[in-house]
Amino acid sequence: MPHKKSLEELQALAKGIRRNIVKMIGAAGSGHPGGSLSAVEILVTLYYDVMRHDPQNPSWPDRDRFILSKGHACPVLYATLAELGYTPKDELMRLRKLGSIYQGHPDKRFLPVLEASTGSLGQGLSLGIGMALAARLDGKDYRTYVLLGDGEIQEGQVWEAAMFGAFHKVDNVCAIVDYNKIQLDGFVKDIMDLEPLVPKWQGFGWHVIEVDGHDIPALQRAFAEAAATKGKPTVLIAHTVKGKGVSFMENNPKFHGVAPTPEEVEIALKELA
Amino acid sequence: MPANTKFALKMGVATRVAFGDALLELARRDDRIVVCDADISKSTMTHKFHQEFPDRFFSCGIAEANMVAIGAGLAAAGKIAFVSSFSCFVLNKGFEQLRVTVAYPELKHFIVVGTHSGISIGEDGPSQMSIEDMALTCALPGFRVLAPADEVAMRALVKEAAYHGNPVFLRAGRPKVPIVYENGGEFSIGGSNTLIDGSDVTLMACGLMVAEAIRAQELLEKDGISARVIDLYSVKPLDRETIARAAEETGALVVAEEHLVDSGLGVRVAQVVSETAPAAMEFVGLTGYAESGPGGGLLDKYGLRAGNIAAAARRAVERKRVG
Repeated sequence: MPHKKSLEELQALAKGIRRNIVKMIGAAGSGHPGGSLSAVEILVTLYYDVMRHDPQNPSWPDRDRFILSKGHACPVLYATLAELGYTPKDELMRLRKLGSIYQGHPDKRFLPVLEASTGSLGQGLSLGIGMALAARLDGKDYRTYVLLGDGEIQEGQVWEAAMFGAFHKVDNVCAIVDYNKIQLDGFVKDIMDLEPLVPKWQGFGWHVIEVDGHDIPALQRAFAEAAATKGKPTVLIAHTVKGKGVSFMENNPKFHGVAPTPEEVEIALKELA
Repeated sequence: MPANTKFALKMGVATRVAFGDALLELARRDDRIVVCDADISKSTMTHKFHQEFPDRFFSCGIAEANMVAIGAGLAAAGKIAFVSSFSCFVLNKGFEQLRVTVAYPELKHFIVVGTHSGISIGEDGPSQMSIEDMALTCALPGFRVLAPADEVAMRALVKEAAYHGNPVFLRAGRPKVPIVYENGGEFSIGGSNTLIDGSDVTLMACGLMVAEAIRAQELLEKDGISARVIDLYSVKPLDRETIARAAEETGALVVAEEHLVDSGLGVRVAQVVSETAPAAMEFVGLTGYAESGPGGGLLDKYGLRAGNIAAAARRAVERKRVG
């Protein structure tokens, strides 16, 4: 796995990944920038600091697993995997093009390094718990991380999985809710409010950590606390800003699923310089 | 040799019971085998596995969508996952999960076992009766769909399914069914068994309709009609060669299934026949939801008996003669 990075290095990586997200979605002409930009620090912290993995050995059986349950945010995952050297960087600009390994939603058939094909919301937590059960049966200490969207957890299956995870004491799985407060049709509170969210997860038997999802040291502490929590699974409620880092995308529901124009890409890249 | 001495059709156990026993036997030899069940392990017969291997059994509660994806996660991480419930619940409620977490990533070592398939479950009625399951699972790219006729076939196919390179749907039934393979048989995914040879018409069936097809052959023999009987236990993939040969050699076909007639085995066979050797075809199956009642009485009332197959065969033979 990559050597540990300093905070400054991690922040620089985050900025570079944001630039690639904007560029690749701009080049594709479609995609989901808002929820990709909100999750950048979560992925950078996981892949560069928390998770045990090896870009030279992607199928290492003891690797930690990451599932992007909110599959529409795949640009952040693609940009991170490319930065790590798992996948070619130059192909990022072929996002969503015919035959591209970077499909519109994560597709294992095109990108075998992925742990899961996702895109239909609500399924990743169940999958991750299944992998965590296998680890436990095999006496292995790898952990499984599942990134959920906030709108995504309106899906009933997420709560079936939540009930299951606590009942079976699956403490080697960690869910992260990218709580950017916006979904396709508008603000989450206006579409189907999730609040009170912390007591909901607690009521389902999970250890809950609220965290600023853009504060890398806070995320590092939260993931360490999750790993140290035994007997129950942990969920991070990561408060984030949709479209984080690009002024006109921040907190703007429009950029849930609309690509920036070439002019907007220019402005965004200046802001992310 | 007259067919009625070849096939005594003695009553055996239900295919769900054979599944439970075969699963346990397999699990004793292979510790990769895990089971997920949704609060009906005493009906799907996975409770025996649960008793012997509690650590490898995952009680999912009444939450089939989650259960399917949990099983997919286990299989993705190296286990051989059997995910079981009533057919109608695990397939209808878990269909999207079967699609996105199993079929789409081309997962292997995932076996969904649907028991209580068809209307022969009886008194519980249509909300529990699975009559669309083969349509659903055949619609999933890569899936293999197996509908064994009896306990012998089920035992063999549990093993085939466990080690196959594609996801599998195993269709099991609730009632006791006659033993078709009293002297054993060979089973492979994509295979079939020609149980009785004949030249005027071919009767093809899966599941408990195979025994009915054998009885139909006896009825037809009395009328001087020579019927071939084929067990198409591998609903997907079909044994195209055997079907094409039967179409070519007998020119008249009947397909019988305990499933909706417009979306199951029959239409799949018709596709093969139309692509290879067009022949007169008749279909025996369900056209809608049934009702409560004894399983046998339902099979009578809804036209899933030997007499119905024989009548369909006479129509097919007549159509062949008229040309």
